[in-house]
Amino acid sequence: MKRRLFSGLLALGIAVVLITGAGVSHAQNKGTLLMATTTSTDNTGLLEYLAPQFKKDTGIELLWVAVGTGAALALGENCDVSVLLVHAPDAEKEYMEKGYGAERVQIMYNDYVILGPKDDPAGIKGKSVTEALQAIQQQKARFASRGDNSGTHKAELDLWKQAGIQTPDRESWYLSTGQGMLNTINIAAEQNAYTLADRGTFIKYEDNFKGNPPLVILVEGDKELRNQYSVIPVNPERCPNVKYDLAKEFAQWMASDKTQKLIADFKLLNKQLFYPNAGE
Amino acid sequence: MDYIWQGLQQAAVLIFTLDPETYSAVITTLKVTFTSITLSVIIGVPLGFLLGYFNFPGKKQLRMVVDTLLAIPTVVVGLLVYAFISRRGPLGWTNLLYTVPGIAIAQVFLILPIVISLTATAIEGLDRRLRPTLRSLGAGRVQLALTSLHEARFAVLIAVITAYGRAISEVGIAMMIGGNIKWYTRTMTTAITLETGKGQFSMGIALGVILLLIVFLLNSALVLLRRRTT
Repeated sequence: MKRRLFSGLLALGIAVVLITGAGVSHAQNKGTLLMATTTSTDNTGLLEYLAPQFKKDTGIELLWVAVGTGAALALGENCDVSVLLVHAPDAEKEYMEKGYGAERVQIMYNDYVILGPKDDPAGIKGKSVTEALQAIQQQKARFASRGDNSGTHKAELDLWKQAGIQTPDRESWYLSTGQGMLNTINIAAEQNAYTLADRGTFIKYEDNFKGNPPLVILVEGDKELRNQYSVIPVNPERCPNVKYDLAKEFAQWMASDKTQKLIADFKLLNKQLFYPNAGE
Repeated sequence: MDYIWQGLQQAAVLIFTLDPETYSAVITTLKVTFTSITLSVIIGVPLGFLLGYFNFPGKKQLRMVVDTLLAIPTVVVGLLVYAFISRRGPLGWTNLLYTVPGIAIAQVFLILPIVISLTATAIEGLDRRLRPTLRSLGAGRVQLALTSLHEARFAVLIAVITAYGRAISEVGIAMMIGGNIKWYTRTMTTAITLETGKGQFSMGIALGVILLLIVFLLNSALVLLRRRTT
């Protein structure tokens, strides 16, 4: 009896795998482009807004995995995806020098903001980034870090360095979450902590709370807080399996006047999230 | 292929040089799972015993509920516990979210049904002649119950090890309730998830090797015990 049940389940399992597997292979026609991108472009809904338009214009179906920039670059390095949309200029330059990417096309930027509890225990509101980070460190106010090698994490590490502070690690006030931006903001909110976030994800977070979130923007507008996004088609000479033609078409499409305007028009809670700058 | 080989080599280095970050995750996992399994045994073995030993109206239905909970997905437990202990939730004042005890308590919900159900099965599986035999030898009710539990000890231990294996290998609860905070609540499974996400495999592989080793030891213990029970 038991054996029969088991073989029944096994057969059912195989059937399910076959059906879903067939579904996947059916969807993968010639026109799909697999991209690795960062959590910020996915969490904000930008890609869901652009992908249908891209399909309409070019007939290419854009599929993406949203991970930290570090992981996105690794996916490209391992030839697992055809194109990247990332935001870590220093890491990207190194990536290009190693010959992993075919070209790097600048697309848009948004900016980072320092978030914190409304009562602002370390008193950083309106200060410069450097002063704010120094105040957080001196008062041992809690700070939640992405800690996942993402573009935002790399930017945060740079900001500590610029503030003349050795990167915190085991300090009890420093929480390295190792998770995506929205999760990290949620953890910061639960722990009454400060955090560095990209404005796009913050606006999305604000929207989730109907515009009245427990964490608010305390520091913004510094030029060090700019966050540049680029598209990088994976180098077809290293990775013969990637769809370079489609990837290149995507890069051109993203930099085109029409799409640049689409990006500028993308709004959440009536706020612009990304600023196109392909022409700069 | 290179990176897998390099990952393995670096993993060996991390394991043998007692890399603090790697072992921090191992120790957190052990703390969490020992707490959750201890709580589950204290609560679950007596309940399982009651469920298997006594006959009462509604027993079959209760048994069905427990058996259904065996398959409860970790993320559902994570979601429910999160909703309760978040600062916006009714138990927010406990401050359990993103703490080691928080993960352990949530894991109890996951593995308690395993302990209860398998303990009940163990008691039910005892030789039917045991009770009349003991009674004819003049055993009292308490003695009868204790002897039954003693007779079922290996099968109960199998229940505990099975539950422990589920606790140590789950990732959903540890991620959602623990928050994967480095040096505090980062367990082996959440660290492996993170390292893979970061595209850095060596620490993931090192932790994977340690995790497999623990699971292998548990499984060997299970095989030995099974041999003794049959």
